[in-house]
Amino acid sequence: MERVPVLKIGDILLVSIQIDMSDQTALALQEDLAERIVEIGAHGVVIDITALDIVDSFVGRMLSTIASISKVLDAETVVVGMRPAVAITLVELGLSLNGIRTALNVERGMKLIAASRENDLGHDEEVKDPEPGQAATSA
Amino acid sequence: MTAGVDLSPKAQAIGSDEDVVRVRQLVRTVAVAVKLSLVDQTKLVTAASELARNTLIYGGGGNAEVTVVDDGRRRGVRIVFADSGPGIPDLDLALTDGYTTGGGLGLGLSGARRLVDEFIVETAAGKGTRVTVTKWSR
Repeated sequence: MERVPVLKIGDILLVSIQIDMSDQTALALQEDLAERIVEIGAHGVVIDITALDIVDSFVGRMLSTIASISKVLDAETVVVGMRPAVAITLVELGLSLNGIRTALNVERGMKLIAASRENDLGHDEEVKDPEPGQAATSA
Repeated sequence: MTAGVDLSPKAQAIGSDEDVVRVRQLVRTVAVAVKLSLVDQTKLVTAASELARNTLIYGGGGNAEVTVVDDGRRRGVRIVFADSGPGIPDLDLALTDGYTTGGGLGLGLSGARRLVDEFIVETAAGKGTRVTVTKWSR
């Protein structure tokens, strides 16, 4: 079985799917990503599907599942590079890709993650890690 | 127009995950050869992927046959998916969006129907299922 490589750029994981994935390969990618998110403490996952000729219901479900898993693990998923013909087909197929953020390309996807990260941190941006003192008071 | 392009019928057995990938690739090659538009190619290959997976998961495997058809005005691609599995007991229900017995999204059969021009299902309990789809060039 082929495997899709997962690259790390800072605290973002980048996956560029370059092969016609079998269902098993898609499931393996899902598991690999979950492990890598925790391993490196990733805050974002960018999945580039520029090279995908089609997204059927199985791959569509895989993308939704990855988005849900990463959310639970405090990371945001952005799917980038969807071809127009793929988008048209997905909608007609009846797949809505709920909960998935999309961007036109990898660069915009990474910016989207950075921006939403800043938003999340909000006025606490100075606080990178919980202070030992805070932990003590909340205990 | 057909010079150099092999348009004879082609068959692909469906017995594994990898065969579903092979069906997709075969259908794409033929769709390109009969010059379907990019969107129509994408729709047909997506439908074929759904139906090949159904053949594998619900039919217990089978085969796909891809033929080039010509009605005198235009050409198209016809694919027949056949299995000797348990058949579909309630076809209307199986064609309902969101209905699944296999843990999927329930969009395979109903979604595939929307993506092609002609869609025929023949099924009998205990005898298997045969799904024929056709996409015409415009």
